[in-house]
Amino acid sequence: MVMNLSKLKETNTYIIIYATVMVIIVAFLLAFISSALKPTQDANVLRDTKNQILISLNITGLKGVAIDQKFAQVVTDTIQVDDKVVYQASVDGATKYVLPVKGRGLWGGLWGYISVNDDRQHVFGTYFDHESETAGLGARIKERWFQEQFNGKPIFTDNPQQVALTVVKKGQSKAETEIDGVTGATLTSNGVADMVTNGLQAYISFLSGGDASTCSKPEGERCGKCKAGMSCDKAECGESEMVEQD
Amino acid sequence: MSKLFSNENKEVFLNPLNKNNPIAVQVLGICSALAVTSQLEPAIVMGLSVTVITAFSNVIISLLRNTIPNRIRIIVQLVVVAALVTIVSQILKAYVYDVSVALSVYVGLIITNCILMGRLEAFAMQNGPWESFLDGIGNGLGYALILVIVGFVRELLGFGTLFGFQVVPDICYEWGYQNNGMMTMPAMSLIIVGCVIWAHRSINKEEK
Repeated sequence: MVMNLSKLKETNTYIIIYATVMVIIVAFLLAFISSALKPTQDANVLRDTKNQILISLNITGLKGVAIDQKFAQVVTDTIQVDDKVVYQASVDGATKYVLPVKGRGLWGGLWGYISVNDDRQHVFGTYFDHESETAGLGARIKERWFQEQFNGKPIFTDNPQQVALTVVKKGQSKAETEIDGVTGATLTSNGVADMVTNGLQAYISFLSGGDASTCSKPEGERCGKCKAGMSCDKAECGESEMVEQD
Repeated sequence: MSKLFSNENKEVFLNPLNKNNPIAVQVLGICSALAVTSQLEPAIVMGLSVTVITAFSNVIISLLRNTIPNRIRIIVQLVVVAALVTIVSQILKAYVYDVSVALSVYVGLIITNCILMGRLEAFAMQNGPWESFLDGIGNGLGYALILVIVGFVRELLGFGTLFGFQVVPDICYEWGYQNNGMMTMPAMSLIIVGCVIWAHRSINKEEK
């Protein structure tokens, strides 16, 4: 026991014990902190998703519990389209649909929410976000000036079966369906272009007005599966909520 | 109290801000100085996170310094830094979710910041906790200072904004002024850091 610490601490036994104890303590500490904070973090993630959907509906600036309340009030229903989910919302009395999309940026994943008007031909608002795009360059797709460029833009040009909405290099947009990209972030902008075009294309059956056989009734009630001007039997709508006929 | 703020300790705190600046003099932590400085806001948040983590890992290593076996000291330092960074990023995620989203991968990258390992190895292993704490704060702020200077220049010339607000008046653009797109590229921050080091050395020349 008289052996002094400076000598003792260079022995192999001491090193192995020291390393083992240190790793066990750190492992328990991290596991404890991680599990203690998990519920709060999950709640944050869920609330953040709700906030992103609200931003795509041009409802911005909410924080905390206000997000949950507004979301419950605005988003009225979810519609199952193939294997995807469309959120049906009511903003100032008008019906909107929010379509989630996913894509690939330069460094990692991209995702976004695109809300469309009741006619399913025009964009109402968008929200885009990213996992790890470069701060100040690709990361700017998250800024409102970029997202607001999409507002009111048509999704289709001549062909109602082919989504035309896309992103091009800044200054090169010619058609109304071409949105300016972010300067200095060409690869991220290309990623957004793919995400918007292909992402919306995947909802083509929804955007073109739903299943022809379901929505061919000339008059009557209409659920979220069919677009304005088309109607369907309540029975064929499944669980989707009925929309007020204009 | 007088001992806590003695001249020696003041020196420990102030030296890294200027005469022994981690970026300008020791040329450490350059990688993150390139990555996060294209705008002011991420530069400031990154600087503050590094300051907090350097300070606390310095204190912990300083408290443990007499028990750490020499042969595995680097591993012990790395474990302490990695654990602290993980804890900080978990806390950010739980309580200030917006900030943690804004920083994304850069919080994790603090583990690889050479300034941390440099200070642990060079200072905390030989000095007491309070001095080590001051040294950590000083070095973190010295690092943040350079990041803010680079971020300021790059955002002003690259985007014409500061903190996202436009500061270059519209009339300049009407007269043909253009934002310098080069400034948004990481390579330009290397050149700006070079200019900062140049200015810093010519100011401090006589003291060498």
